[in-house]
Amino acid sequence: MRTIAEHIMDIVQNSIRAEATLIEVIINECKKNNICTLTITDNGSGMDARTLQQAVDPFFTSRNTRKVGLGIPLLKQNAEAAGGYLELASKLQEGTTLKAGFQLSHIDKPPLGDMGNTMYLLFLGCPKGKLVYQHVTDDGGFSINSEELKESLGKISLQKREIMNGIIELIETNLDEIGVKR
Amino acid sequence: MAKIKSLADLRKLQEDVLSEFKVRENSKEPDRVVQVKVGMATCGIASGAKDTMKYFVEDLEQEAIDAVVTQTGCMGFCYAEPTVEVTLPGKEPVVFGHVGKEKVHEIIERYIKRGEMIDGIIPVNFKTIDD
Repeated sequence: MRTIAEHIMDIVQNSIRAEATLIEVIINECKKNNICTLTITDNGSGMDARTLQQAVDPFFTSRNTRKVGLGIPLLKQNAEAAGGYLELASKLQEGTTLKAGFQLSHIDKPPLGDMGNTMYLLFLGCPKGKLVYQHVTDDGGFSINSEELKESLGKISLQKREIMNGIIELIETNLDEIGVKR
Repeated sequence: MAKIKSLADLRKLQEDVLSEFKVRENSKEPDRVVQVKVGMATCGIASGAKDTMKYFVEDLEQEAIDAVVTQTGCMGFCYAEPTVEVTLPGKEPVVFGHVGKEKVHEIIERYIKRGEMIDGIIPVNFKTIDD
């Protein structure tokens, strides 16, 4: 995957398949410690200890359409290539938390990517439950979630062009304000 | 126009849009609208399915077609990503492979609007031996 946004799109699909009703995507950039952490937490069906261990194996998947599951292993590879790490914690019936760290200054750290578009498509594609996106840097923080979006937009469809562009612009403008490089 | 920065801006935008168009009270029942599901698994994302999904949203909106665009997981056709499953009201779902920008347009013009079968359909059998 070429950007962190693409990894987020991928991992959140796992949370959706686990029937989570609350999914949180939290990005924290700290220049002082030279680290960028990505945390994706959900309250879905979770994994038992055995599955948790196998989750980072590219040849393991819970699907029956294919024999490989690349989402988590690819993210682990990218994180470790950038001098970082990947941590996974999960409890059956309670949920899963994935935490990936990347060294901010590392040449192999993937760029953040198109967060506006990615989050828009996720808000559009997961109407059930609550999806939260939070981004914190040394210059400030920004957060948006699907419930406040629904509240502001009422009955109008997210697919309407003006609304689509509005949501993407809202995210991009706020990320610019807190100095997020993409 | 000032940049959209807060939820209040979005709310104002929604009011403006509502006042310009008469929003039909559309129940959006799953079996009465066109359903478009874009495969958004690892293979899909790596092949550009995000763009495909966006093109669908934009084009369907432009052609004023009542449709719900959403994502789905791996459908098993990783060699043909990006894949899209289109379900016309009352019909069986049809899966298309290698759906780039041109294909999106073709699917909308010919399959969705006119029901014409086009190239690039992946034969899918949802029924198992036990059915």
